[in-house]
Amino acid sequence: MTEVRAYNGDEYDVIVVGAGHAGSEAALAAARMGNKTLLMTINLDMVAFMPCNPSVGGPAKGIVVREIDALGGEMGRNIDKTYVQMRMLNTGKGPAVRALRAQADKHAYHAEMKNTIENEPNLTLRQGVVDDLIVEDGECRGVVTDTGATYRAKAVVVCAGTAARGKIIIGELMYSSGPNNSRPAMKLTANLEKMGLHLERFKTGTPPRVDGTTIKYDETEEQPGDVEPNHFSFETPDEDYLALKNQLSCWLTYTNEKTHEIIRENLDRAPMFSGVIEGVGPRYCPSIEDKIVRFADKKRHQLFLEPEGRNTKECYVQGLSTSMPEEVQQQILHSIKGLESAEMMRPGYAIEYDVVSPYQLKPTLETKTIKNLYTAGQTNGTSGYEEAAGQGLIAGINAGLRALDKGQFTIKRSEGYIGVMIDDLVTKGTNEPYRLLTSRAEYRLILRHDNADMRLTEKGYELGLISDERLARFHAKRDAVEAEIARLNQIRIKPSDEVNEFVVSHNEKPLQDGVLAADFLRRPLVSYNDLLRFIPATEEPLDRRVIEQVEVRIKYDGYIKKAEANVARMKKMEDKKIPERIDYDAIDGLATEAHQKLNKIRPETIAQATRISGVNPADIAILTVYIEQGRIAKIPS
Amino acid sequence: MSATTEFDTIAAIATPPGEGGISIIRVSGEDAIGIVNHLYKGKNLDQVDSHTINYGHILDVETKSVVDEVMVSVMRAPKTYTKEDVVEVNCHGGLVATNEILQLILSQGARMAEPGEFTKRAFLNGRLDLSQAEAVMDLIRAKTDRSMKVALNQLDGSLSRLIKNLRQDILEVLAQVEVNIDYPEYDDVETLTTNLLKEKATEVRQSIDQLLKTAKQGKVLRDGLATAIVGRPNVGKSSLLNHLLHEDKAIVTDVAGTTRDVIEEFVNVRGVPLKLVDTAGIRDTDDKVEKIGVERSRQAINTADLIMVVINASEPLIEEDKELLRLTADKKRLVILNKTDLPRQVSDEDLAEWAQPEDIIGTSVLTNSGLDQLEERIADMFFNEGIESNQNNVMVTNARHIGLLKQAENALDDVLHGIEAGMPVDLVQIDMTRCWSYLGEITGDSYQDELLDQLFSQFCVGK
Repeated sequence: MTEVRAYNGDEYDVIVVGAGHAGSEAALAAARMGNKTLLMTINLDMVAFMPCNPSVGGPAKGIVVREIDALGGEMGRNIDKTYVQMRMLNTGKGPAVRALRAQADKHAYHAEMKNTIENEPNLTLRQGVVDDLIVEDGECRGVVTDTGATYRAKAVVVCAGTAARGKIIIGELMYSSGPNNSRPAMKLTANLEKMGLHLERFKTGTPPRVDGTTIKYDETEEQPGDVEPNHFSFETPDEDYLALKNQLSCWLTYTNEKTHEIIRENLDRAPMFSGVIEGVGPRYCPSIEDKIVRFADKKRHQLFLEPEGRNTKECYVQGLSTSMPEEVQQQILHSIKGLESAEMMRPGYAIEYDVVSPYQLKPTLETKTIKNLYTAGQTNGTSGYEEAAGQGLIAGINAGLRALDKGQFTIKRSEGYIGVMIDDLVTKGTNEPYRLLTSRAEYRLILRHDNADMRLTEKGYELGLISDERLARFHAKRDAVEAEIARLNQIRIKPSDEVNEFVVSHNEKPLQDGVLAADFLRRPLVSYNDLLRFIPATEEPLDRRVIEQVEVRIKYDGYIKKAEANVARMKKMEDKKIPERIDYDAIDGLATEAHQKLNKIRPETIAQATRISGVNPADIAILTVYIEQGRIAKIPS
Repeated sequence: MSATTEFDTIAAIATPPGEGGISIIRVSGEDAIGIVNHLYKGKNLDQVDSHTINYGHILDVETKSVVDEVMVSVMRAPKTYTKEDVVEVNCHGGLVATNEILQLILSQGARMAEPGEFTKRAFLNGRLDLSQAEAVMDLIRAKTDRSMKVALNQLDGSLSRLIKNLRQDILEVLAQVEVNIDYPEYDDVETLTTNLLKEKATEVRQSIDQLLKTAKQGKVLRDGLATAIVGRPNVGKSSLLNHLLHEDKAIVTDVAGTTRDVIEEFVNVRGVPLKLVDTAGIRDTDDKVEKIGVERSRQAINTADLIMVVINASEPLIEEDKELLRLTADKKRLVILNKTDLPRQVSDEDLAEWAQPEDIIGTSVLTNSGLDQLEERIADMFFNEGIESNQNNVMVTNARHIGLLKQAENALDDVLHGIEAGMPVDLVQIDMTRCWSYLGEITGDSYQDELLDQLFSQFCVGK
């Protein structure tokens, strides 16, 4: 066979490799910042494809989607256009943990994103497999495809996902493949390894899909969407919200003893346990065989039947992720109530893939060893569409800034879940596919879904990703919130009969004296709308999102202030920068473990150094003194 | 340790403990003035001019009773030693008041300063020049070694077990809250109500409260470490006593016994306050009247935390010596082999079955030998090993630990207040988490990893 002949393709500012959820955001951000951008994908029909669950959002993840939206990313708008069900979770809990989740029409989601990308002026979408990078003098200057094309660029973002030397495993069957039987990228990560990047092998999995027309839904529990409107994007008006009758339901069923029996009997055929699977899988999303083994006492496990779209009968069996042999998967399905005669349309599978150990990255997601090369998404060891999109956005922005020669952009842990995630990845690395959880954030109360716009819209505007019009609308909202909070701190409520009747009916002590409206609102059972009965209305009725902010800010004021005080303390540590060229070998007195870890991770600030496990306060003290010493030494006497 | 310790407000006693008429407690950091002001009755310290000294009183925040009459210097940043806000509380000295004021300051959110930390800050804030940097580095390095040793020794098994158990209890609750939040549709977890949280917070608070009550060093610093000197007549008890009393250390108080005619005398041995019990008995018996021996000692032994058994090295061990050694076998004890200036009749082998070599100290009060070694050993036992109390197996000997326990307790109070105010469970949990991490600072564990491990091992989550 003759060799593929190389040829020179076009030159770009930014090239993004991979058009999944990370790559789509990266490419759109870079292009919108004014960069001539190329987005390469192995398969044009899999742009922003959802190879696993057909849903977006949920705890922590939903907040990430709003953060992406506030920074001018696409995921929020895209899901708002293509969801089939919307639900707010955790409504019985505090404001910081409320979480929006949408069920997506996965085909529409893909088509809509592809359409957006196609219509982006600076952006070229092209099918092809990237095999290698052009690296000269330690700088990445482009990519090489398997068809021989060489594209040069000022910055490259790699979001290879599970295609990176992907290997699908179904029982005894094993073959090289990207997600959902797509073509794998067999050379790219191997070449990254040759360039000195350390790789790991992770594993993830997906459940079987069944034909929805063969499910006995009446034997399962219906889980409908919400009536009250909610969207991810700041830009989507309430009027666009789908009436409940136009939403699709999910359905809940359970595994049972018989299911568990079948799995136990076939454990010798489970690649998870026979040693076939080498990759590390996630604890938070275990396969069903893993659940049965690890939680042997549990009599049943929940399964959610989720529609994959409007124009398909395919149904996703959430909770039944497995790599058991196909025939065992069928038996498992048929043992489940409601699925007795379900037709399996696709078997579940496990997939192993290459990951670039994320400690090799800077907080901008640029690799430390190869300049102008950025990585994002599953390539960095995360799991989940939202996690991928959040990183893709940051990597794309930074690649874009690099191409424009304009500095860098990062989000602090106190500014967003995206910041928490990236800091965790680059500071601690991860030994399993990383998923965002609200418990990973120390400032959870500040990182709410209702204030993502407050936290990040202006940053998005400065980057050129938010329009003037949207910024103005955001400012109007922000001003309305402040004005109303100020107003409620001035109006007094008198202890009238009407007020006290209301108070007593809520099992609270009647008022003796007048109170500030804000203090009245602090009472647990009083809502803003209750308050309106006793105070003059605003000139214009307030938007529900303004009211939500006002309520949260007033009711949880004490907790919010405490959290903000912590952020302020931490900021001082964030401001203490560690010189990039610091020589840890020259620092006398660091503990051995601290020395090794600091050398490996090379934190950028003292705050980041404190978060490295194994670096203790004494090491931090020595480090700060050393840095200060160097600073003084540089001043000529 | 929390990541922001570099900028905590720190406090420490700046004068050598127990000596001199006045003690100074130095507080440095952003909250220094606020913290002291909260405990201070007199002018509003927030408003006094910088570099002024102010007369007033320190009050116990809870009981509102006066702890001491004080002069408080307020020095605002940057013209201070550390270039941060610095407050110095000059009090009447004596271990009791000084330590109580320090504890109050720690309970208001200041942290116990590490050795050399004021100087370190002075350096980091640009107050010292390069030539002094080396000294600071040495200091920190020395501190690292020492603090590691101290940390290992002080966290004795029973305390760290107790703290770990408390933390595990809290962790299980936290994991449950977290699983409710991160997996709201997950069916196998009871939705955690604030009631459950309240129960747990109350429970943990009780344990911490008890622990604090027995916080040994606090108790000891307040009350003195009950110390008995026992031995048969004429072994040199009173000479030893006189040595301890007559050294240049001040006798803090001289309290007459209440029930029996027992005299208690306080003495400061290298920062360790000893309350010498039944010193009258020692004087009586050692004089001439050879009536009471073991019987009287028995009482002293029962009330003491530390016992010095004095043995005459120039005479062979007799039954009475052995009886005393037997009586004190399960106590913290030092065997003092006195009169080593005379030809020895008691060999090391004779004593080997009774005590560890480091607890046998040869002295001669007459020639002043071995006494330094004795004092050193007492300080070492107290600061590094922790002397067990009569009533409790678990104790806290370290001021930093006490401070952290108090902060943990405050966090639990916030939990309970939050519940009362009807706050949702995930907000109340913030304070529960704070409590957990304060306790974690004692044992040096990190929150997130443990929490996630707990969560994923306790619950089978999926969505």
